Parts: sequence; structure tokens; C-alpha cells
Amino acid sequence: MDATIIARYTTDGSSLREVWRTFRHSTAALLGAIILVLHLVVALAAPLLAPHSPTAINPELALAAPSWEHPFGNDRFGRDLLSRVLPGGRIALAISLAGAALSVVLGGFVGVMFGYLGGLADEAAMRIVDALISIPGLLLLLVIVTGLGSGYAVILLAMVLSYAPGVARVARAAAHEFVPRDFITAARARGESPLTVVMRELWPNVLDVLLVEFAMRASWIALAVSGLSFLGFGVNPPTPDWGLMIAENRSMLALAPWGVVFPILAIGSLVVALNLVADGIARALGLDRSR
Amino acid sequence: MNVPLLHVADLTIGYRTRDGMVRPVVRDVSLTIARGERLGIVGESGCGKSTLALALLGYLRPGGLVLGGVVRFDGLDLLRLAPPALQRLRGGRIALVPQNAGQSLTPSMPVGAQVAEVLAVHRGLGPASARARAVELLAGVRLPAPQLLARRYPHELSGGQQQRVAIAMALASEPELLVLDEPTTGLDVTTQAHVLDLLDDIGERTGAAMVYVSHDLGVIARASDRLAVMYAGEIVEGGSTRDLFAEQRHPYTRGLLTSALRLDRPVLPQAMPGQPPAPGFHGSGCAFAPRCAFADPICVAAPPALEVIGGDRLVRCHHWRRAATAETIELDPRPRHTRVNGAAPLIELHDVSVTYARRGTVAFLRRALGNPDPPPTVQAITLTLRRGATLALVGESGSGKSTIARAIAGLQPLHSGGLRLGGANLALPVQRRPVDMRRRVQLVFQNPDASLNPRHTVGEILERPQRLFFGLTRAECRTRSIALLEQMRLGAHYLDRFPGQLSGGEKQRVAIARAFAAEPEIILCDEVVSALDVSVQAAVLNLLAELQAERGVSYLFISHDLAVVRAIADQVAVLYQGRLCEIGSVAQVYTPPFHPYTASLLAAAPILTPGRRARAFDRDETPGGPPARGCPFYHRCPRRIEPACAVEDPPWRMVDEHHAIRCHLSLDQLAEPVAATPLSIALGETR
Repeated sequence: MDATIIARYTTDGSSLREVWRTFRHSTAALLGAIILVLHLVVALAAPLLAPHSPTAINPELALAAPSWEHPFGNDRFGRDLLSRVLPGGRIALAISLAGAALSVVLGGFVGVMFGYLGGLADEAAMRIVDALISIPGLLLLLVIVTGLGSGYAVILLAMVLSYAPGVARVARAAAHEFVPRDFITAARARGESPLTVVMRELWPNVLDVLLVEFAMRASWIALAVSGLSFLGFGVNPPTPDWGLMIAENRSMLALAPWGVVFPILAIGSLVVALNLVADGIARALGLDRSR
Repeated sequence: MNVPLLHVADLTIGYRTRDGMVRPVVRDVSLTIARGERLGIVGESGCGKSTLALALLGYLRPGGLVLGGVVRFDGLDLLRLAPPALQRLRGGRIALVPQNAGQSLTPSMPVGAQVAEVLAVHRGLGPASARARAVELLAGVRLPAPQLLARRYPHELSGGQQQRVAIAMALASEPELLVLDEPTTGLDVTTQAHVLDLLDDIGERTGAAMVYVSHDLGVIARASDRLAVMYAGEIVEGGSTRDLFAEQRHPYTRGLLTSALRLDRPVLPQAMPGQPPAPGFHGSGCAFAPRCAFADPICVAAPPALEVIGGDRLVRCHHWRRAATAETIELDPRPRHTRVNGAAPLIELHDVSVTYARRGTVAFLRRALGNPDPPPTVQAITLTLRRGATLALVGESGSGKSTIARAIAGLQPLHSGGLRLGGANLALPVQRRPVDMRRRVQLVFQNPDASLNPRHTVGEILERPQRLFFGLTRAECRTRSIALLEQMRLGAHYLDRFPGQLSGGEKQRVAIARAFAAEPEIILCDEVVSALDVSVQAAVLNLLAELQAERGVSYLFISHDLAVVRAIADQVAVLYQGRLCEIGSVAQVYTPPFHPYTASLLAAAPILTPGRRARAFDRDETPGGPPARGCPFYHRCPRRIEPACAVEDPPWRMVDEHHAIRCHLSLDQLAEPVAATPLSIALGETR
């Protein structure tokens, strides 16, 4: 990415180097980025990294404590926990990235479009968004998954339906800052269509906000997918998945806590990393959300 | 001469930037202010004026650092004072009137309560007496019905009223020093004159010393006794205001004054070249050297020291002797105002009305209930703009100037009336106009920061209209864009820059280039220079005049600034509350007979001659919306006739074929000299 491209997406036109410098100056953001990259590398390379098969059952090792051979210990079927934890985030991570991307693109477009159009259409659209937001997230997820069955595509759809409305609101608010500006008036006076105004004039201006939204929503979706798996609506056994592993091993918590602790650490570190990165990006782009 | 009230010595203030460096933005400033004295601080934006003004209250903006020097107020070292003592002092013995009063008042609290709070904190008054005193103070700044007004919230007041409340708050503690940061910027000229009158009055009554910080030379000339000119964080010239305006020693001061537009001269001044360095980024020598006509290797090599050159006159220049005796730069003698009546009409407005009133169900119900529609925002506007000419719309905020421009651009539907472009019907919303019609009408806006998309490069900004209107390829656009930029005195290297990397004047040139990229016949210029520094104003106006001479384009030039209009326009239409008051050529409108509103605008406009005070001529009242009948200016008119002006629409009085005034007074009455204002004097100089 060259400096010109990044300058486009910083509020004060600062260069890539300055953005990166501010990002790097925050220890928290840097730590988040490192953990996130580790997660991505591990998820991609899990089959190469795993010392054992994640599904191989070995009754002799049932509930075995961590050892040199099995650093994370074994579950009640004697499966190697390290080999299950390593690929255990693949589905959650894939759905979270895809879901966040779709939410941001769809919600962002709807929000910016109605933010620009205003008037009655905007009012109507925002009431629908309000209605969607007012449904408790988990309830909405369960209704969709129960109604349509529990394929990954359905989970993805459920995630987008739950999180895109929130993005739409944020995008609309971000667009509202730019709609009254004269460069929009200039575009209207040239006779540009609403679609052109939204895509050409407004979209680049809200992209920085949407980038932060992407990271935030990705962390929430990762958590939500793990939650669904935990409840038995997500990933099916014996596929390794952190949420599912916590559900499977929680009854053995007293005997073999490692079955729960390592998946929890994995989910936790992923969610925290995504949040730290989101904050770091926001700050580096001059969109400090805490202010 | 008594002991100075405020003494600033060798003050240097810096800001820590993102890269961790500290950049000095105020450098080695020394000042004294005696009790009751009025000091003006003037300079272009980014010269450290506001930072210095805040330091006089012992305040630094976040990220600010004192790198050296002292600020001593009546013996107290403000920069080293303990926070509690400093808080007692601020808003107590030293008070600030901030630049944007609308934003400095708390929106959720009635204004009376806000003034009372100051009284409770700094004067220890009880709730009842604080409230009573607050009302007295609001009356003291001549706010109407202070009892009632005290219970209003800031958003219910006009800009001028908010500014008065801010002044009342600053005065509540009976301060000995009042710091005013651009106290009238953003106010209408008439309101400005009223506020400045009020401040003069307060100064005389309370004996408070005042520090005026402003980029507006007219305000400074009028409001200060002594003057400090700042450039790149340094004081480059100081002395009595009268001496400084009479004779400038520093080339920068001289440049500022010669590039200023003057109400009393119908010519475009020479612009000072260049722009000030970014705050904190000055070279090792004289900071002004890159823009200075007198600069030589000495200036680049060594920074000049501040020299005392007799009396209290100070100057920071190696060559002030040469600069002071050099000939005044000749004013541009371009012949103007010759194109008024010969050319063919381009834009014709016939009896145009525009309303922002609600349509649809609500309006229908209101009408059914017997409530008449409110009078239109803009009514009965008949104007003709000829090819290659400039028609200025003049008036205060809310006079409907921008609404008329929006109607011509097709962004605001007409309520009634006709609108034609070169004979063709233009009374269509912009979406329904043919492409070529949209191309022929272009816009340039006031605020250069808002008129360019911050995420598009200059190249992309210029490319869009060319692709849209002429279907050119990217390569063709590039070639044309470079030619356009060169015409705007910007090089090809600007193509890849973002607006955030440009100065205000450069942005405005890009906005003008975007308008010209469509090869328009008319450009609607909405306050295009009012957000720019004095020196940049002259440059942009010169550019517009040149482009007009080359391309024969017409301008509808909207401005509240009578000096700017006088320099650029051929014809002037004076508007008040969306109604025409007077129309004629520049020469006609700026000479008697005047409409009383034109007269009050001219009387209130600041003049660059210290001692000759602009004065409020109109009545100090804030009317509501436009009336359904009668003269719109009735409430404020010092010459109104009861009851005719209130109930009967005024007739058009024709001075000659091209000059008309809408007033109940006869032309003879309107031609009577407007006594006791500098207007007659200022105008006398030009006749």
C-alpha cells in the first residue's frame, strides 16, 4: 500500500508512515496486532503445526494432564487438546471475518445511502433498523438457526442480520457529518445520481469509521459463533471448535480443567486482540472513540 | 505612565507535535499593557495570535509548553501561579471573550443563569442578587428585554446576541483586563458595529484594559490604541495604531495593508505573494524573507532583532529604513464597471419567490385551520445578469443571498416566478435540467475546507466535471487539469495532492478550477473570499477578475463585505430579509441617494483609518421573519415613517434607468447627506 492510498483514509491526510507510527506507539495496539497475526497464522497452518490428529481417540490417555508429549493435556476421549485447540478457531474466525465484512459492506451502504437521502425513506429504514437492533442478539440467532437449520451459511446469515443494523446506524451517523458539506452540494449541482454521490463522495469518507467497525464486529461475531457452538447450534462434533470444546469438557472441569482453560484462553485472546486492534486503528486514524 | 497592568517578557510557547518534536509557535514576545489601554494584535491565521491571547490568561491549549519567558499580571507570575489562584484570576480580574460565542455558551443552561454563575463564583453573590445583577449586565450590553432574555437558552438567540451574552459574562466580574479573541468575526457588519460601539462604551465606563486579537484590519484600526503585528509567532512591528496605519516600517505590515480591500477605493489591490510558514516551521533567518521584496542574503542568514526606532515604535527587519522609504506599491488601475448594460442578458430572474415553508399535509391542515402561510423567505426578486458581467448580492446573514444562488443552481425549487438562462427556461430542479444546462451554471462556495472532498486528490476533483460534461478520457482530463491548475497559479504537482495538504487559498483556487473545468457561462460565487486571510482575498479576487476578462464568464457574487463587492462587482443588488432594497451599478449604489439599509451597511463597514469610526446607523433591534406587508427594514430603519412603512409596501423609486431604490422616502430625502458617519467622509475621498 503506498502512502497516497492511506492518506485517503486518515482524517488529516497523514501518510502511512505516520499512521503506522501512532499505531505502533500504542503498546496495546501492537500487542493486539501480534496476537491477531498469530491467530491467523495458526488457523491457516493448523494441520501442519498440530503434533497429532485432532480427532484420534486414545482411551489410555483419557483426561491425561499436560505432558511433554501432550502439552495441553487430553480430553475424555484421550484426544490431544493442543491439536484440537490449534484448528479450533478456524470456523469461528472464518465466519467472523466474512460476517464482519458483509455486515460492514451491507450495513455501511444502507446507512450511508439513507443518511444521504434523508426524509421519509430514511425515517422508515431507521425504524426497521431499530426494530432489528431491539431483538436480543442471541434470541435472533437462535430463531434463525432453529428455523433454517444449522449450516455455516445460515450462521453467517444470522450474524449479518444481527450486526449489520448496528453498522448501518454508525455509518449513517458518520455520513451525516459529510452530507451538509459543500462538496456534496457541488456533486448534486453537477446532477450526480444518489448512487454516485454515495459511492464516490461519501463512501471514502466513512471508510475509516467502517474499518474500525469491521474489527469490533469481527470480535463480537467470533464470540457469538463460539457461543452458538457451545449451545450446540454451531459446529458439530467431532470437528474441533473452541466453543464446542468448552461445552464438551465443562462437566470434567474439576477433574481436567485443561479441557476448558485452553479453549477459553484461545477465544479470549482472539477477542481481546481484535478489540485492541480496533482501538489502535481508531486512534491512529484520529477517530479516538473514547473522546 | 503608571505601572503596566500586564507585562509579557520573552515569551516562547511551543506545541508538541505527533512526531514528538516541540515546535515554537510564539517566539520571544514582549508586550506591556497599561490600565485602560487597548492593544490590538493582528496577523494572518497561523501566526500565533490566539496562542498568545490565551497565554495572557495563563492558559495553554492541550499540548502547549512554555519554553521561556514570563507573563506578569499586576505582579503575579501567571505561568507559575498555582491552579486555584489562577482560576480565581481568570474570569475574575482577567476575562476572555472567545471567538465563537455560540459555542462557548453552555447549550443546556439559560443565559441569565450562566451570567449569574460567574457572579456567584467570582463575586460571591447569593442566588437572588446574582440573578438580579445578571439581568442588569444583560441590559448593560444592550440586549432587548433582559428579564425575558435571561431565561432563554443560547440557541434561541442570534449570533450577535450570543456574542453580547459572552461579553456580559466576561464583564460580570468587573475585570481589569479583557482579552477578546476575534470578537466580531462571523457577525454581520451592522452587528459588528453595534458590538464595537458597546465595547468602546464599556472601556470608557469601567476603565478595563482590552486586548483585541483579530485578522480584520478594519476592526483593529477602530478598536485599538496600540498595535502589535505578528508574523510566524514573532512580533514584527509595534507602535501606536495611528502611526502604524499612517506609515508601515515592516514589509509585512505594509503588505497586509496594501493587500486589504478598502471600502473607499473601487479597485482590486495587489496581493502579497506567498503564505506564512506552517506554525513552528520557520527557517533560521527572517521568517518573512521568502515573501519579502526587500529580502537579500542577510535576511536568509540571520534573524533580525526587534529594534526600537523612536518612541514606542518597534520593528523586526534588517531593511526597515529601505522598506519605509520605498514607494508604495501601485494599486492596480484596471478599468472596471464598463460592461454593465451593453451585453446580452444571461440570467434573468423575474419576480422570483422561494419558500422553505412545509408543503403537504401539515401545510394543508394549517391552511384549513385558517393559519396563513408564512411570507416567502425570498420574494419578488427581479434581476438580470449580463454576459461577462458581475452582479453582487449584498446583505446580512439571512438576507436570502444564498437562497437565490441555490434557486439558480436548481437546488431549491422556486415558489413562483421565472428563471431563464440565455432565454431558456432554467426553473427546473437540477435533476431535470439537461446536462448542458448543468454545465453552464457552476458553483464556488465559502468554506474551502468543506467544498472539496477530503478523500479525493486534486486531479480526481478536477477530472469529474470533465468526464461528466465532455466525456473526456482520463489522459485528456489530465492535460486539461494541468492547464487549469497553471491558470490558477498552481503547478501540475498539485494533481496528486489531497485537500488536507493545501492552504485555504490553494483550496479555493482548486474549487475555482473545478468550476472552470466545466467551461461555464455563469459561476455562482457564494462568499468565496470571506473565509480567507486578507492577503489571500486579494489574490483570489484578482484571479477571478483575470479569468473573467479571459473567458467572458459572468459571476453572481454573493458577499456581506462591501469592500470586496466594490472591488469586484459591476452591479449590486442590496437585499434585506429576502427582499430587494436597492439595485444599481457599483458607482451608483456606493453614492447617494442610498436606501437607509444600504446607508447603514456602509456606515457600519470598518474603514482602514484609525480614528474614523465606523458607526452603527441602524436601530439596534433584531426583527423576526420577513413581514407579510410593509417594508422589511421597518424595525431597524432610523428614518421610518409611521405608519406608512409598517403597513404599505414601499414603492420603487427610479434614480435613473439602472438605479432603483425601494423606499417610502422620496429620492430627494434619500439623497440628503447621512450626517455624522464616516461614510460621507470615506465616500468624499473617492469622488
